[in-house]
Amino acid sequence: MFRLSIVTPEKIFFEADVKSLVVPGTEGYLGVLSNHAPLITALNPGKIEFRDAEDQVRLLAVSGGFLEVSGNVATLLADAAEETDSIDIDRARAARKKAWQDLKDARSGEELVEARAALDRATNRIKLYEETH
Amino acid sequence: MATLREVKKRIRSVKSTKRITKAMEMVAAAKLRRAQQRVEQAKPYAQKLDEMLSHLAAGSTGEISHPYFEERPIKKRTLVVIASDRGLCGSFNSLVMRKADAWLAEHRDTDNELVLIGKRTNDYYRRRDKNILAFYGDWGGVMDYGRAREIAAMLTGRFVSGDTDEITFIYTRFINMVKYRITMEKYLPVARPEVSEDEHGAVSDYIFEPDSRHIYSALMPSYANTKMITALVESLASEHGSRMMAMGNATNNAGEMVENLTLDYNKARQAQITKELLEVVSGADALKG
Repeated sequence: MFRLSIVTPEKIFFEADVKSLVVPGTEGYLGVLSNHAPLITALNPGKIEFRDAEDQVRLLAVSGGFLEVSGNVATLLADAAEETDSIDIDRARAARKKAWQDLKDARSGEELVEARAALDRATNRIKLYEETH
Repeated sequence: MATLREVKKRIRSVKSTKRITKAMEMVAAAKLRRAQQRVEQAKPYAQKLDEMLSHLAAGSTGEISHPYFEERPIKKRTLVVIASDRGLCGSFNSLVMRKADAWLAEHRDTDNELVLIGKRTNDYYRRRDKNILAFYGDWGGVMDYGRAREIAAMLTGRFVSGDTDEITFIYTRFINMVKYRITMEKYLPVARPEVSEDEHGAVSDYIFEPDSRHIYSALMPSYANTKMITALVESLASEHGSRMMAMGNATNNAGEMVENLTLDYNKARQAQITKELLEVVSGADALKG
């Protein structure tokens, strides 16, 4: 087992020992078990999956962030995280619609990147919601 | 001595002022509790981000490459002054402004521009013929994370495009309920993280996915946002704390004043009774005469 802490800018989201962890790295999903080699990676929007001390598998939606693993401590800095059960599907769908519109209307490169990121986040949440319901 | 009616009127007016300051004190206390929570909750993320950055610096080979670290000869400086929208919070705003004035006086050698956060800063500087780049007011006494990110994006954008060579923050740091510290802090360029041999000993064998350059480019904007958010929540908590204290003092002073005035009132009343008695007695004496 190793210690996992998930921290967002607003609060400490989760902190406990877990048995395994799967996160959406920028190069694809990657798994972490006890005694993993020291690692730092950026995260894409996606699904965090971990198995807690009671062998319960828990799923979280994450909208990007970073993961550091070192000495059996995994620190996950998430821009925002939420349990898949608490996803507000109507809001997510509305956000996706708006992101599509923004993407079409984008004039500058920055606007394009921002709309693209918003779309990814919304799509991720909807996908996760549909996977678990 | 004032007449009875006048004293009575003053007592009434001081009492109603006291009611208002008492209410403001209570509102500030409630807001302080929330703001304080925000400060506490923002800390772990900022700390971990700092740690990660220093591990990244220790583990990445060669130069750290990210525009936020770039130190250039300074031709233009930006000062971000963070204070409150509203007054009645003691010396909270004036202390920040004094520090900012000192900074401006000290850096006459460069072209300076101001970014003002909180209406009070704007009220102060717009009459002083300074180069104001941007002003963000009307926060409503609460934290707005989206807006904080917006400001951070604006500042970092200016720095990267070379419109400014150095960005400094002046804000009030929240130490505890009764202690605040006016803080001056360099925002950009970011100081190169110290490569320290920490508790894990050799830290240079980190695996980076995909590589350190990519992680820097993902990490640094978060770092800039976090710094901005930290400064804003600290300032907000300090503002509510200062207001609570100022209003608490005002309430106490009003209470004291009511006491003194009541004493005056009673004395005047007593004097009048004595006078009337004397008049009655001396009148009766004269009749007996």
